[in-house]
Amino acid sequence: MAKYIIKRVILAVLTIFLVATITFFLMHNVPGGPFVAEKSISAQAQAALNEKFGMDKPLGIQYKNYMNGILHGDFSLSLKQRGWNVSDIIKSRFPVSARIGGLAVLLALAVGIPLGSVAALNRGKWADNLIIVLATCGIAFPSFVICTVGMYLFGVHLGWLPTFGLTSPAHYVLPVFALSFYPMAYITRLMRSSMLDVIGQDYMRTARAKGLSPAKCLFKHALRNAILPVVTYVGPMLAYTITGSFIVEKIFVIPGLGGQFVSSITNRDYTVIMGTTIFLASLIIVMNVLVDIVYKIIDPRIQLK
Amino acid sequence: MKRSLALLLACVMALSLCLTGCGNKNSAPSGSAAGSGAAAGKQLVAEIGPNPETIDPALNSAVDGGNMLIFAFDCLLNIDKDNKVIAGAAEKWETSEDGLTWTFHLRKDLKWSDGSALTAKDFVYSWQRVADPKTAAPYGETVLGMVEGWDKAAAGDPTALNVTAPDDQTFVVKLAHPCAYFDKLAAFATLSPVNQATIEKNGDSWATKPESYICNGPFYISEWVPSSYIMFTKNPYYRDADSIKLGSIKLLLMEDPNAAYGAWKTGEAMMIKDVPTAEIAGLRENSEFHIDPDLGTYYVSLNDTLPQFSDPKVRQALSLAVDRDYVANTLMDGVYTPAYNFLGTGVADWDGSNFMDNANGGKPYISEDYKANLEQAKQLLADAGYPGGKGFPTITYSTNDAGYHKVVAQYLQQAWKELGINTEVSVVEWASFTPLRRAGDYQASRNGWLFDYNDPSNMLDLMVSTNGNNDGKYNSKEYDAAMAKAAAETDPETRSGYLHQAEDIMMADMSCIPIAYYNDFYLQSSKITGAWHSPYGYWYFQYADIAD
Repeated sequence: MAKYIIKRVILAVLTIFLVATITFFLMHNVPGGPFVAEKSISAQAQAALNEKFGMDKPLGIQYKNYMNGILHGDFSLSLKQRGWNVSDIIKSRFPVSARIGGLAVLLALAVGIPLGSVAALNRGKWADNLIIVLATCGIAFPSFVICTVGMYLFGVHLGWLPTFGLTSPAHYVLPVFALSFYPMAYITRLMRSSMLDVIGQDYMRTARAKGLSPAKCLFKHALRNAILPVVTYVGPMLAYTITGSFIVEKIFVIPGLGGQFVSSITNRDYTVIMGTTIFLASLIIVMNVLVDIVYKIIDPRIQLK
Repeated sequence: MKRSLALLLACVMALSLCLTGCGNKNSAPSGSAAGSGAAAGKQLVAEIGPNPETIDPALNSAVDGGNMLIFAFDCLLNIDKDNKVIAGAAEKWETSEDGLTWTFHLRKDLKWSDGSALTAKDFVYSWQRVADPKTAAPYGETVLGMVEGWDKAAAGDPTALNVTAPDDQTFVVKLAHPCAYFDKLAAFATLSPVNQATIEKNGDSWATKPESYICNGPFYISEWVPSSYIMFTKNPYYRDADSIKLGSIKLLLMEDPNAAYGAWKTGEAMMIKDVPTAEIAGLRENSEFHIDPDLGTYYVSLNDTLPQFSDPKVRQALSLAVDRDYVANTLMDGVYTPAYNFLGTGVADWDGSNFMDNANGGKPYISEDYKANLEQAKQLLADAGYPGGKGFPTITYSTNDAGYHKVVAQYLQQAWKELGINTEVSVVEWASFTPLRRAGDYQASRNGWLFDYNDPSNMLDLMVSTNGNNDGKYNSKEYDAAMAKAAAETDPETRSGYLHQAEDIMMADMSCIPIAYYNDFYLQSSKITGAWHSPYGYWYFQYADIAD
């Protein structure tokens, strides 16, 4: 296990290095730049800006300087949000995304797993059909539809929930729900099909034949095996809820990292693009390693190599 | 045992994410912060734009950022409700006979928001900071380019900028050449006084945190949760604090018009700038929906360096084929005003009258009779050697996708089709769009200008051959000469004559195609009194009150 983790860490560092390098050169090759506006600034001001941020140097040197900075923990200053350090931006915005994203993941798991199981155990009955319809809706509806409908219905029409900001627990309801809708539906479907697979297995019949109570059958034998695909999905899902939350963030005015990630690209805010990409890549890699370890615990047959 | 452990681990992974958030209280918006941050007094809640990129006066170049600056800072001079220049931090000011020396007399006992004294030396520091290439101020040349020593200052010696403080209450500016509108520049947010102590202590980050954001205006910033809200609280040290009625202004930092509209519908915002365009038709009759003019014009640039656009007859024809009334009032929902001149509503002439009313002998340059225009356009195109559009190459019209840009593009496609000319629309992503236009790497493109200061030259300068924003690469010796004469002239009336002459020349050449004048359209509660919208796109909430 320790050997496995060390190997994964070394691979992770290498991956992050590659991601950083590719991103750096790709973004500099996209036309446009950070200092554009409807009104052009004078050539003098442009030159002063380039010099201030070291962008007057050849790309190779800029790359060397940037990577050197990263090694010393310096993520540089944002080019657009003047005076802001990229690490400060991440530090202030990630917690917000993490809270929303984490809650959404918990909600998706808490609802998706039981719903999927119930559907599988009642295969073909009305409960199953209803759940399938709901799950299909969840996958088909884009999050901005959920956001807007939720906002209109509960925020504007009924007036039960606030429509923007994150200043009280009630503020979390709509964004967390909107963000968890897709993964919830996905988990439900995943859980249903894998549960169906499991309950048809021989060892389930054996378990019932030896007189185990249905509950014990379900929890001890079926669930534990059926949950494996869901666990695999948790890693990508966490990444999705954090990077993919920009629409939800924009609509509900949430100061999260997803919005920064997207706007830095349209703004060509090179240092923020690099900072957020490296940070999110690291996060995804860490999540995937954790998922692998959890996987091993749930299913002892799996060998970590 | 193992089973529950596994499930627990999966949950812990998700929970740990949530908890990362809770550990960091000071940077995350916490429950009670919004309420407790507001000082006593009435609070105005408004939405005037997203999170500002910067609120450092020297670095800002955005309209919404500029609006925040007028809450926080008090320039030498101010602009009043009727767009006249009035006294600000300086109570009086005078100009020497040759127009080159401007002397500002500051009020007594001016203070910063931390209570320390503000003197003329602070203005010397602030203005030289704007000129300093290390600051890299985008508007440096616009606001200080005419000051003596600008070239040296911009080359790296900011102290060369000839601004001095003979005593604590006198601030003297020496210009290299006369500038008729220098009083308007003295009221421009870029030239706000900034506090040397806090800048030297905090560097560029002084303008990112409320505690280091020292200012001198009617309000100071007591809280800023990026991308969420900024709280402006009444500044007790402001020179005229008694006339400020609000206790605080809370600006919601929203990017999405639907979110803003939601906040308006629930009553959480008393004013929103970003109204979803889909809602406009239904809001027409609402007394809280306002359309107010901005100083600026939406126009189409034609790349004059291309052979097909080098003939003024062709440019005239393309312009005359546009039904401006239909574009502005139907396609753009009436939130724009059709433009028949280059300089539009509200641009002030030398005597304070409307520049537009005095242009072209009081007549619009482009006739409002679209049918006649179209006939004339066909004739002009034939005269230029393209009868019925035959032989005219397909035009590629470049635009970014925002607001009504695509609608206008599709309209132009139709309109120019009437002349027998085919048009392709190329939608370019924002960050690449303006560099492409600047480099002249386009055929026809959307363009626009919002005034920085209310002087015709601010927009007429765009057509000067050497101007960095002359995207059409219009090059007319006659025009350049008229603008040069205007710049050197000290008599306001004679100067105005040259400016009108310049507009005559560019409209005869149709150096660009004006389409519509900008307006701001917004929702504002009728309970807000004493506030006004300025044609620079600013909302003056600092003197507002809220009726019970």
